[in-house]
Amino acid sequence: MMRLRNLWFLAVAAVVLSGCSSKWGWYIISPDTETGRTNLAFLLRGFELTISISVTSFVIAMVLGMLVTIPVVYKSRWLLAFNRIYVEVLRSVPNLVMIIWVFYGLPVLLGIELNVFWAGVTALALGESAFLAEVYRAGIQSVGRGQEEAADAIGLTFKDKMWFVVLPQAVRRILPPLGNQFVYMLKMSSLVSIIGLSDLTRRANELVTSEYRPLETYSFLILEYLVLILIVSAGVRWLERRLKADQRQ
Amino acid sequence: MAEAGEGAAGPIIRIAGLSKWFDDFQVLKAIDLTVTLGEKVVVCGPSGSGKSTLIRCINRLEAFQEGAIEVDGIALTGDLRNVSAVRREVGMVFQQFNLFPHMTVLRNLTLGPMRARGLSRKDAEERARYYLERVRIPEQADKYPSQLSGGQQQRVAIARSLCMQPRIMLFDEPTSALDPEMIAEVLDTMVELAEEGMTMVVVTHEMGFARRVADSVVFMDAGEIVESQPPEAFFSAPKSDRTQQFLKKILSY
Repeated sequence: MMRLRNLWFLAVAAVVLSGCSSKWGWYIISPDTETGRTNLAFLLRGFELTISISVTSFVIAMVLGMLVTIPVVYKSRWLLAFNRIYVEVLRSVPNLVMIIWVFYGLPVLLGIELNVFWAGVTALALGESAFLAEVYRAGIQSVGRGQEEAADAIGLTFKDKMWFVVLPQAVRRILPPLGNQFVYMLKMSSLVSIIGLSDLTRRANELVTSEYRPLETYSFLILEYLVLILIVSAGVRWLERRLKADQRQ
Repeated sequence: MAEAGEGAAGPIIRIAGLSKWFDDFQVLKAIDLTVTLGEKVVVCGPSGSGKSTLIRCINRLEAFQEGAIEVDGIALTGDLRNVSAVRREVGMVFQQFNLFPHMTVLRNLTLGPMRARGLSRKDAEERARYYLERVRIPEQADKYPSQLSGGQQQRVAIARSLCMQPRIMLFDEPTSALDPEMIAEVLDTMVELAEEGMTMVVVTHEMGFARRVADSVVFMDAGEIVESQPPEAFFSAPKSDRTQQFLKKILSY
């Protein structure tokens, strides 16, 4: 069902975009010509970087977010302040600003040369980790106090209470918003193009500079993100359905 | 108290001068209460009187500021070893059941014995099935809590506590969240438990249960124990005005 609807949506998009007006010049990426094929391959190779930078940043953000969430699990008032400060500060920095700060500013501060890829990953992961920490916190706090009391009352240790009672329930609530955050990350990754990483967006920009065909190139860019995100969304929905079936509610 | 001097049954719970504050508000005011082994105590009183807080202090779900609680000779202090020792002796049943929704009934029952008592899976499951039999729902072992009725869930919760083989059972308004037709099945289970000699402290408004099972009925109001009497005397000749007013309200229908 879902897949059919996606195809239908893509078909409409394709019809709208396919030269129904003389303003369109799809030849620049037409698979029928040598140049078109070269250009097409050039644009498509951007998937490699967009995906690798998004996945790497997201995995690191997931781990960072967990570390920042530890105070929530232990309910330590002092450490909770650290959690709040981390989240509030990093959440308020725009992703683009974070990227240029890490790429141009951080090397000055630390006196080290930062590889472009890792600069991009660092910036994206830092920003995202704050949002993920909030997702984790909400998930853990949504497990009611009664659950903890029941675990205490049957004599479970703190570790067992977390491991067998609280966290399994929290994870079920965390996974769906985590999927949404990953979609968001895929889109935000386009910002790393400004520090010279050859992701989908950077490649589109470069092709526009050489071919002077912004309408077709950027329309194609939109399609690329659309396909990527539709696939990920379908995966997230599949995951949600499985989790729901798991809970038998 | 009532059973003093009866055989070897000494006090198993000893509460002396217990006071507790939530910020500036004092919920418990110098409570003294002794429960002997095998005794059934029913605690009643208007909402906000501190009765739930009192029994939650007994297994340290709530901390307190003044006074002392001793359970089976173990003093409840901030010492975590004492807290877990006491929790091993004391089972608790909650108003909202608090079953673990992501586990089957069987797993709900085996988790405590396996993790906190170190039983093997086989022994824990054997014990779980025995207690499910006792609360009369052996056929629900592989279901999830959400697939059961409220009354069944509460009976599972009782079985879950019993699996830890506690010497004392605390009940915090066990039937208040249940539909009327399910209250009886839970009370029946509790009566059977009482008849087998379990020491029980029950916060409830089920006065029929109190009459039938209790050795003493404790009436609390505004954080104090107003009076404590055997049920016959409590219902026929309550000493204090506050008790009389309370009984008049809850027994008027």
